[in-house]
Amino acid sequence: MAVPIKHVLGILVDNLRIRESVMPLSRRRSIGWAKGLNIPKGGKTVIYTGLMYQLMPSIIAMEKMTSKFADSWISNFYGLGRAINKVISITPFMTWTDAAEKEIFDRILRNIAKLLQVADVDFGYLYEEELYAGALVHDEGINDVFEAHTHKVYKRLKKHNIEKVITVDPHTTDMLKSVYPKIIKDYQLEVKSYLEVLAESNLHPVKRIEQDIVIHDSCVYARYEGIIDQPRQLLENAGAKIIEPLNTKKMTYCCGGPVESLFPIKARTIADNRIEQLASVGKNSVTMCPICFINLKTAAEKNDFSVKDISDYLVEAYCDH
Amino acid sequence: MSKVNPDFVVKISGFTEFNAFACMNCGSCTALCPMGIDLLPRRMFRHVMLGLEDKVLENTENVFSCLLCKMCEENCPKDVPIVENIKSIRWYINREIFKLGKG
Ligand code: SF4
Ligand code: SF4
Repeated sequence: MAVPIKHVLGILVDNLRIRESVMPLSRRRSIGWAKGLNIPKGGKTVIYTGLMYQLMPSIIAMEKMTSKFADSWISNFYGLGRAINKVISITPFMTWTDAAEKEIFDRILRNIAKLLQVADVDFGYLYEEELYAGALVHDEGINDVFEAHTHKVYKRLKKHNIEKVITVDPHTTDMLKSVYPKIIKDYQLEVKSYLEVLAESNLHPVKRIEQDIVIHDSCVYARYEGIIDQPRQLLENAGAKIIEPLNTKKMTYCCGGPVESLFPIKARTIADNRIEQLASVGKNSVTMCPICFINLKTAAEKNDFSVKDISDYLVEAYCDH
Repeated sequence: MSKVNPDFVVKISGFTEFNAFACMNCGSCTALCPMGIDLLPRRMFRHVMLGLEDKVLENTENVFSCLLCKMCEENCPKDVPIVENIKSIRWYINREIFKLGKG
């Protein structure tokens, strides 16, 4: 076995229980992206980042470490690490992050907020009171910890009288839209991804995207949530030509990301396979999930192939800078 | 030596009941799985239904390698809730073997 599954999961669980996030994030890291955008605090409708984009630099750093340690004697010390982590947060030491990576993910969040503002959507933000939705702990099947966390998140939303949330990534969308209602009785929250909100709005392009773009659907958007047409509509309305790879829409092919923390080598192979598919039909691709983005971008480094988040294309096309 | 235990399938349920009774062993899931997990879901589900706990535990790494991508489920002719079943097995291992959770 590569990395000891039990201890990696243990660290994530302890962090969620003790620190309300799978990895600790400073206030500046969580909400720094929103600086200068004048988003009001709270409101009936809020943008809900679920901290996914903000956590990505730490997740990348943790994965770099796990892939280094996989199959080595150091992996034996994860158990000790977990014991210490309960008292002092060791995760920041495990996950020194790269400033350039932070800037990319902050930019994506700023893009999304700007697009919603241009589309005349009235929304606020919970700032430091926003909580991680728990996707990772749910996916790994740590049900009791996840369930307790869903109640915390829902209570927080209700405390602020929030009726509608606009999510920015597929995993948080699926949690709040489809998973929470199965767990929380009388759940009342309207949940839409920003791609749905923008597709229903009256956005008009101010600049055309004169490009052929290979689209990579996220498994969660396409197969779990049926969000397939909206990103295509938004790109095509701005003049882009969408190229569909061999596996696309409901038959999309995973980026490998979901097993990155436990099986980094296997995850790399999946990402390489997907890049081969995408690069065989074009030069530029688009993703709409932070996990797909980072996995495919890393895999594409060897190829002469561009991987961009959809919000980078949309902000160019629809926002007057 | 494995011993058949019909109660195991009840013990293993997660947020929803473990349900693979409709599986007809057609192999579409295995053929399409990007991870090439030969064992999941069909043989593993059989182990669960027969209550062969040691066989299930022997395959812990496979259980946690699943991407939850639902490629298998999208193409399953019997609508088996494959991903929910896999998460139920994870929950069982986390709880009973790894002793994770609220504790
Ligand atoms: S595709 Fe469905 S019916 Fe066929 S073997 Fe897999 S789980 Fe069973
Ligand atoms: S959900 Fe798991 S078993 Fe099914 S195709 Fe994806 S990786 Fe394979």
